[in-house]
Amino acid sequence: MEILVCVRRVPDTSENEIQLNSAGNDIERDDLVYSINEPDNYAVEEALQIVAKSGGNVTVATVGTDEDEEVLRREMAMGANHGVLLSDDAFNGSDGKGIATVLKGFVQKQKFDLVLTGVQAEDGGAQVGGMLAALLDYPFASLVNSIDVLDGSKLKISREIEGGNREMSEIDLPCVLSIQTGINEPRYVGMRGIRQVASVEIPTYGASDLGVDAVSVGEAAATVKRDDYFVPALGKGAEILEGTNEEIADKLIELMKAKGGLR
Amino acid sequence: MTARIFAYIVHKGGVVDDSAAELLAAAKKIDPAASVTAIATGSGAELDAVCNNLTASYSEVWKIASESLAYPNAELVRQALAKVLPAGGLVLVSHNHFGIDLGPGLSIKLNAAFVSDVVGIDGADGTNLKVVRQEFGGQVSTHVRCNVSAGAVINVRPGSFKPVDGVAAAGKVVDKSADVGALTAKRRYLTTIAPEAGDVDISKEAVLVSVGRGIGEKDNIAIAEELAKALGAVVSCSRPVVDAKWLPKSRQVGSSGQTVKPKIYLACGISGSFQHLAGLKGNPFIVAINKNPKAPIFQVAEVGIVTDMLEFLPELTEKVREAKKVTA
Repeated sequence: MEILVCVRRVPDTSENEIQLNSAGNDIERDDLVYSINEPDNYAVEEALQIVAKSGGNVTVATVGTDEDEEVLRREMAMGANHGVLLSDDAFNGSDGKGIATVLKGFVQKQKFDLVLTGVQAEDGGAQVGGMLAALLDYPFASLVNSIDVLDGSKLKISREIEGGNREMSEIDLPCVLSIQTGINEPRYVGMRGIRQVASVEIPTYGASDLGVDAVSVGEAAATVKRDDYFVPALGKGAEILEGTNEEIADKLIELMKAKGGLR
Repeated sequence: MTARIFAYIVHKGGVVDDSAAELLAAAKKIDPAASVTAIATGSGAELDAVCNNLTASYSEVWKIASESLAYPNAELVRQALAKVLPAGGLVLVSHNHFGIDLGPGLSIKLNAAFVSDVVGIDGADGTNLKVVRQEFGGQVSTHVRCNVSAGAVINVRPGSFKPVDGVAAAGKVVDKSADVGALTAKRRYLTTIAPEAGDVDISKEAVLVSVGRGIGEKDNIAIAEELAKALGAVVSCSRPVVDAKWLPKSRQVGSSGQTVKPKIYLACGISGSFQHLAGLKGNPFIVAINKNPKAPIFQVAEVGIVTDMLEFLPELTEKVREAKKVTA
């Protein structure tokens, strides 16, 4: 099976406090630690496990700039066979539909049986996978937390729905699935693995290579635009307990006693 | 804004989902004078009950009945909606597991704009709808402009819009079933599998020591277990801990896990995503322990402690044991 996994490089929220810049038009990006968008990493692992059982190749692609190559290399170090950078000045400022339009061009350029995305990006909205499927007229399922290959023409999948329930479906290939975290245990990538793919050439495709009409993507085509960032003042906020850990623990115990949590 | 507004209604077992009232409230934020049309798909008596119920709050209810829509398969619902919706309309969808499946693809088929996971609406400016979204797990918010001149699908975060009181519509049901015709799916629903029962039922516990990503590694779960033991409580967790397989799914609090209603909730190293908070009911006393002062959990907690939970919890455990000795 030929599998494409669409990935993104994002600021890692487990490593960073996200703060506004002084102009308020963006987050403070200096000194941010970037990494692979976490659900995308699960999607790559799932693709690797499928080809280990059923044969085939895994290609990872991202829409971005040269800086984003590092996440492609990371996923290639995990075992992805190919990495492709989709990059063009015309893509700058694309909204979700613009990104999906670029990816559609790549899917039509090469043949894939299965396209995976992460369920959502840290700064995104769980939208590109569903849009891509609709643009391609492929079936789609979101929040996928298990995949079984039934034969060369269909998969049995489950979706994570409310209360820990799993919705089981059969879906025809080719299709697009958005992968939920926890579907598998992504393998560890060591420095040695990264070094092994450090010099592998990563092809770059622009709008003309992909047959993408430049006016259908980028800022001019975007119908959804971010004006600014802000930190909302929500509610009264917590009363912050100050002091040494020991002093705080004493205060907390008094509070919990008052609430009946310590008898 | 003169666009016509629609709300796609989720229901189960003949009962309308709470989001129906929230979508109506969101529509009124777009245009207070709007007459909003609810759309319900399904089959049989359950669908009739749903439509009749909706007429109490929506002035018009479109009913789309088909055996193939008896289970809400987003691919089939999308086809049905694409056949009946007029160009240029605004379609509100709840951003739950179904809305995530439906919304993005529907916007493509309607050739309309799409905004995901909207938490606020600031009205309109010409053909732009001004909305609020959150990014990076709720650490920052953004004002977003959406050009709705060709219509839009707007996914609305559950719980973000307070239902409007005293809505009385005496609406009418319009049967659109005949406009839909045959539907075919390349994705076919099979069955729903209930979660496995866990060793403990966290939904019944009065005190929960709940751990998140800040626990760092599996071996550190023992630190939380010690505290829980001292308190006579149980350890629960947020999604990343289950994803990492450090605790079973039955311990997860959140919209995709368990709904809990403890008296006291110690949120340790939990950032406080809306999916997590959706599983926390009954107005518990929330104590947030997190080293990131920007974590959204501090906005909902009663008491906050900005510290490394791995150092603080053992200290607290000792103090709890001492306090119990004194009172014993």
